[in-house]
Parts: sequence; C-alpha cells; structure tokens
Amino acid sequence: MLSLSPIQKFVYRLNNSRRTARVLLSLPVWLMAIIVLIPIGVIVLSWLHPQTEVWQHLIETQLGFLLKNTIILFVGVGVWTLVFGVSLAWFVAMCEFPGRRWLEWALILPLAMPAYVFAFVMLGLMDYSGPVQTLYREWFGAKAYFPYMRGTFGILFVMTSVLYPYVYMLARSAFIHQGRSALDNARLLGLSPWASFFRVALPMARPAIAAGLSLALMETLADFGAVSIFNFDTFTTAIYKSWFGLFNITAAAQLASLLLLFVALALFTEQHFRRGKVHQNPLQHQRYQLSKTKAWATTLYCSTVVLLAFVIPVMQLIVWIVDAENLVWDQRFSELIKNTLVIGFSAAMIIVCVGLLVVFGRRLLGYRQNSGLLRIASMGYAFPGTVLAVGVMIPFAYIDRELGQPITRWLGVENDHVLLGSMTGLLLAYLIRFFSVALGPLSTSLERIKPVYQHISQTLGANQWSLVKRVYVPLMSSGILTALLLVLVDVMKEMPATLLLRPFGSETLAIRIYELTSEGEWEQAALPALVLVSLSILPVIIMIRRSGIRLRDKQ
Amino acid sequence: MKWVNISMGAVTALVSVLSFSPVVAATEAAKDNVITVYSSRKEHLIKPLFDRYTAKTGTQVRFITDKAGPLMARLKAEGASTPADIFMTVDAGVLWQASEEDLFRKVDSPVLEAAVPANLQSAKDDWYGLSIRARTLVYSTDRVKPSDLSTYEALANDDWKGRVCLRTSKKIYNKSLVATMINTLGEEKTEAIVKGWVANLAAPPFSNDTKTMQGVVAGQCDVAVVNTYYYARLMKKDPQTPLALFWPNQDGRGVHINVSGAGITKHAKNPEAAQKLLEWLAGEEAQGDFAGLNQEYPVNKAVKPSPVVAAWGDFTADDINVEAAGRLQAAAVKLMDRAGYK
Repeated sequence: MLSLSPIQKFVYRLNNSRRTARVLLSLPVWLMAIIVLIPIGVIVLSWLHPQTEVWQHLIETQLGFLLKNTIILFVGVGVWTLVFGVSLAWFVAMCEFPGRRWLEWALILPLAMPAYVFAFVMLGLMDYSGPVQTLYREWFGAKAYFPYMRGTFGILFVMTSVLYPYVYMLARSAFIHQGRSALDNARLLGLSPWASFFRVALPMARPAIAAGLSLALMETLADFGAVSIFNFDTFTTAIYKSWFGLFNITAAAQLASLLLLFVALALFTEQHFRRGKVHQNPLQHQRYQLSKTKAWATTLYCSTVVLLAFVIPVMQLIVWIVDAENLVWDQRFSELIKNTLVIGFSAAMIIVCVGLLVVFGRRLLGYRQNSGLLRIASMGYAFPGTVLAVGVMIPFAYIDRELGQPITRWLGVENDHVLLGSMTGLLLAYLIRFFSVALGPLSTSLERIKPVYQHISQTLGANQWSLVKRVYVPLMSSGILTALLLVLVDVMKEMPATLLLRPFGSETLAIRIYELTSEGEWEQAALPALVLVSLSILPVIIMIRRSGIRLRDKQ
Repeated sequence: MKWVNISMGAVTALVSVLSFSPVVAATEAAKDNVITVYSSRKEHLIKPLFDRYTAKTGTQVRFITDKAGPLMARLKAEGASTPADIFMTVDAGVLWQASEEDLFRKVDSPVLEAAVPANLQSAKDDWYGLSIRARTLVYSTDRVKPSDLSTYEALANDDWKGRVCLRTSKKIYNKSLVATMINTLGEEKTEAIVKGWVANLAAPPFSNDTKTMQGVVAGQCDVAVVNTYYYARLMKKDPQTPLALFWPNQDGRGVHINVSGAGITKHAKNPEAAQKLLEWLAGEEAQGDFAGLNQEYPVNKAVKPSPVVAAWGDFTADDINVEAAGRLQAAAVKLMDRAGYK
C-alpha cells in the first residue's frame, strides 16, 4: 500500500466518507446524463398536452404500417449488419486470403458515406429510370421482372451498406485481441470449425459486437434522410409529417418519445449481449490458412461488399461530377472544407475528453455503479436529428433569454446569443448526440487494461503521471483514436442539428449537400458529397493503419 | 504516442478560440446596419440578390437556411430575443402558419401592396408573395396527346390506370394543391379524386419532382404533376427530353399556383430596413432575378418572366387566395392519409 497513485490515495482518503468520493467520481456521468435528459425531457413533456384528434387520425390511418415498416427496418438492419459485419470481421481477422491487407481497411470505407448520399446515389443508379434498369429493359424487354428498388429491399441494402462497418470494426478488433488459443483448444477438444466459431469465438466477442450493433440500430432509428429519399414511411417520417404537415409539433414530440421504446429495445439488446468479460490474449496472432478455393472465395466475398457498398457509389458520384455542366469549385469550397474540419475536430476532442472522464470515473468506482445513468447518457444517438435539435434548441433559447442575455447586458457586451446559434451551443448538441459513439471504443479499450497492469507498474515504482503516460495512454491509444475518428466522421456527416443550431455564415459540406438535394439537384450535390466522403476516408484510413500497426508489432 | 499529446494540445487551443469567436462576430454584426433573414428558400436563390442589395445600399444581409419547420420552431423559442428580421419561405401554407402563430408583424407598405397581387399576400398584411410557382401536368410527348389531358381531376379517371406518377404527399406542394382543391370542390369530392389518383399510380410516389418526371421519360408512366421550374431544369440539361407541359383546368378554376414569400418577424430588431429589403425584392429591379434564378414567375405584373418561362405560354391561374393552402393543409394531409396517398 505504499505506492498508491494520487487518485487511489484520494479515494482511500475519502474512504471514511465514501459517499463524497462516489459523488465526485460519478460527477461526469451525472452531468452527461443530465444534459442528455434535458432535451429528452422537453420531448417527453409534450404528453402534458394530449393531442387526441391527431392521434385518432394516426391510429386509424397510419400507425399500423408505420410500426410494420419501422420493425422491418430495425430487425432487417440488425440482422444484416450482424451477418455482414461479423463474417467480414472474422475472415479479415482470422483468415489469410489474397488481398486481405487492403480489404481489411477497404471494408471500413462505407463508414465515410453518409446514408443520405448513398440513398440518392443508389436510386439514381438503380431505380426504374436509372441506367441499370434502362439497360436491363433494352436487353430483356420492357416487361422483364426487376426487383422494386424503392421498397424494403432497397432501403435495407442502403442502411446495411453504410452501417455494417460499425459491427465489422468492433468485431474485428475483438477477434484480433482475443487471439486463437481458445479456439485451438476448442478444436483440440473436438469441436468442428463452425461449432468452435459459434460456441467459442462469437460468445467471446459478444460485448464488442453488441456495442457495434447498438450503434447501427440507433442510427437506423434516427435516420430521416435515407428513408425520405426512398419515401419509406417510418416512425421518423411520421414525426416530420405531424410537425410539417399537421403543424402539430406537440404530436411530433409525442411520436418521438415513443421512439424511446425502440431505443430501449436497442439498449436492452446491447446490455443483454454485453454481459461477460472483454477477452484478451496478448499472445501471438496467427491467421488460419485457407485452402486455395476457399481463400479466393473469401476474397471475392469481401471485395464484392467493398464494390457494392463503396466503389460503385463513389464512381457514380464521379460520373455525375464529370457530367455536370456548371460545376462551381470556387473559394467557398475551401471555406466549407475548413468549417467542416474545424467543427468536426473540435467536437471530436470535446466528446472524447468527456468520454474519458466518464469511463475513468466508472472504472474507479466499479462498473456496477451508474450503469443506468450511462444508458441515459447514450440515448442521444437514437433520436432523429431534427427532433433532438429542437429539444436542444428550446432549453438553449430559454437559457439565453433568462440568463445569457441579462448577464451579457450587465457586462456591457452586446450579443444576440450565448448558446443558440453559437459554436458553444452547436458543440453541446453534438456532445449530446454523439457521446455514445465515443463511449463504445473508450470503455472497451479501458476494460482491456487489467487492474493488474496498474498494480505491477506501481510496484515497479511508476508514479501517477508515468502510469497514465506509459500504461493507460499506450494501451488505450487505439481506443481513443477510434473514438476520435468515429465521432469526427459522424459530426462531419451530421445534418439536422448543424442546420438548426449553426452560427450565421458557418456553412459546412453537409449543409451544402442539404441545400442541393432538398430541391432534387442530386447531380449537383455530387461534388460536395464526394468531398465529404474523401474527408471522412482519411480518418477511417488512419484508424485502420493504427490498429494494423499494433497487430504487426505483435507478430 | 506523441500524436495524442500533440493533437490534444492543438485542438484544445482551437476549441478555446472557437468557443469565443462567434460571440465576437455576433457583436460586430449587431452594431452595424444588418438585416437577419431566416430562410427556407435555398441559398443559391437568395444570396445573389442579397449581395446585389448590399452592393447597392451598403446594408448587410446575413441569413441561415433550413427547412421551414425548424426555423419556425426557432423563431418561437427565441421569442423577443430573436435576431431574425425576416422569415422567408417557399409555400403559402407555411406563410399562413407563421402568421397564425403570430411570428410576423403587420407591414404598412403601399409599395408592397401595389407590387403583390391581393390573392398572393396575407389578408392581415403580414406576409407577401415574392414569386409564383405553378404546379401543373407534364406528359410524355411519345405516348400522350395533349387533347387527352384536361384537368387534375381527370387523372382519377379509369383511362389513366397505371399511367400516373406522383411525388410523395409529404411534400408541401402536394399538400397545398389538395388543400386548394378541398376549398373549391369540397372534402368529399376531393377525397374521391385523390383515391382515383392513387388507384391510377404506375409506381409508389417518388421523393421529388425530378425523379417523378424521369419516371415519365423512362416509360414507367405517362403523366405527372410537377412544379414548372423542375421541368425547366430537366429540359435545360437535355432539350430533347420527350416531355411537355400542359396547363390543366383552363375552362375552370385554372392552374394551381403557390408562392414563395416573406414577412417581417414580430420581434424584428431592424424592421424599417427589413421592409425596404422586401420592397426592393418585390420591385421591378429585383423581381426578374428573384423569379428568374429558379425559372419561377414574378409576382410583380410589371416584370416579365424569363424567356425560358415565357416560352411555355400564358395560362389561367387559380385565383383563389393562397392562404387557403395553409388553412386547409392539416385537412389535406389527413385526407391524403385516408386515401392511401403516401
């Protein structure tokens, strides 16, 4: 007990009044839960004003197929992201096949593609009037059967393509970290390869897979852009309809609060599957050698996914850019890029810092504490952006009016707004929305650091600073980096909150895309969309590079 | 792990600068002669005009664009502390709603009264139309004779079975179209017509007008209902496109028109300057561009539409006061839900 870290000393010192210590350590997660609860509270409070007439109408004409569509989307995206995410992660992490090294990172690239961009590209390409079906009709005649693209199949294809990377990334790193010794033992004990996968590898990777899956599911629930391009009615589109069509923002908020039920389902799924420990086997990592046919089949499978989910849509964007007549690559583009990057990086840093405070607090307290609060703090991700934006805006406007403006006036500074329409407000909104994106990789990487490492370092005389510098940061670096880059990519793609809460004049690429697509000028939107995709690719590649190097170090 | 340290440092610096810079910027802006606009009309259609106005008068115009709903919610939430002087949007229904929610102030402007026809402005003088958009029929010149077409209502007849393409009922233009039909024809008749449309659809509704027209071009259907400027855009890209416009209901109520327009917000900080800007936008100097940038029709009768638009010929427009589109919009949405129009 001699070489205690200051934090531990602090905890021990407060041991007599454990409540004080607990309060201090759980402060970050409490604060986070509170700022997430405020907008959610605003939304839920809408039930104070029952909208009987609207609800009667909704129940009579809409609710049935809205529920059906939402469930189809929820279950469909869940199943398909699992199937693709886990299988791809397994091949890439555990098997050797031609092209593995570049497929390993290429498979993450669809993450850089905003769902709304993929949706308009996909319809431009595959709908009845698009080039594919036109050619098909030329070959096989006008009446030849072609699957209907704007329905369930199309929307599931789009959502799965952009969301499977969440599952893939987290599953891949779990497979790599858990190594294959447990699997080899299972095989020695007589399990077939398939059985050892399903009964050993998969359960071991379950926490990571669950984290990826819940991100994908929450994003599915929140999506408005892609479903509205497909005119596929879900709960989210109904929210907008009540708001913009029936002019009833209260009923819209009530519908939005019902989304909470689905969110609860997503979180329950995660909690259910997350039980169990994070496994780590720092020993050598050797991949399975596949037979030649199997190896090439794997290459074919992985590259088809990359082709469909990334290469083809990007090619289509390029074709549109080349075809467009009056392309404007003016000075404003560099401004747009700069704004997008600055806002993205600032938000990513803030969110990751808050995330670190929260996970360290939880670690020192023990994981059973505050898990309810943490779930609340993670809910922002599942709300449709505009609804959350309004939920954030209303309290912001209130604070500005009641607090911010009197203070600034008293200080003698003339100013319209402290929160609403300021960078501070926008960053806060991102924090609420994207906290859970950072949380997954951060807590997984912290859970991998066994307390014994800390004890050993301290026995060897490490002080608190070198403990952080030489144990925590190196061991968590890939988790921190993943969190940073995931948030960065998500913030750069984010549209509705940025639209509503941005300061005057700070346009981003996503806003430019909105301006063009909302009037149906998809081809014109191709250039900003491609720039946005390219900007997002960079962090994605860095992310892969880092984790790749870690792996090579070990080999 | 240097990158962590370096990037942490860099971004902390960045963030601290960022968090304060907008405060400074806003302070500078508030002092000067600045008009603030919340607009759901797109940036590339308004910015050139604002830039011209600034060059001419020295008055700065700053704006944010978003969908009308969120902007109205923001105006309401901000209340008396809003920085916005003008709320500009693209549908009479939205303008009516904004007026209903008391977001506008009454404007006393003989200039606007003279420039904007009475049926294209608010009865309360709190908003004014600035450009006219006609929602009309477009047909395949390969498969349809113009003599086959007559009215919006006729598209519900059996001879159009499997030949009609429509945009989603969630788009405000269709809500306003149906709302004005309810006003003229009554709810029962309108519902029967909308049901007829749905029964005649060749494909589930599209998410935008361009896609809808491309459906006609590709042979998926023969006729569609669209706003004319989307047609202009499509024809500009390929003048050979086998599509043509048809003006329906010429023996009756006329073509359905809607407006984009604007009003001065109730809590405007700079209402006089805002009024001058609106008067300028409705005047002869700006109207040509305000409508022309998007190939719409000017509200100001003294100004001719662009050559492209003029080439489509004259038509009789429904002279119903466009406010009806707002008043009956919720009824229209419910009617379309009942009729199964998605």
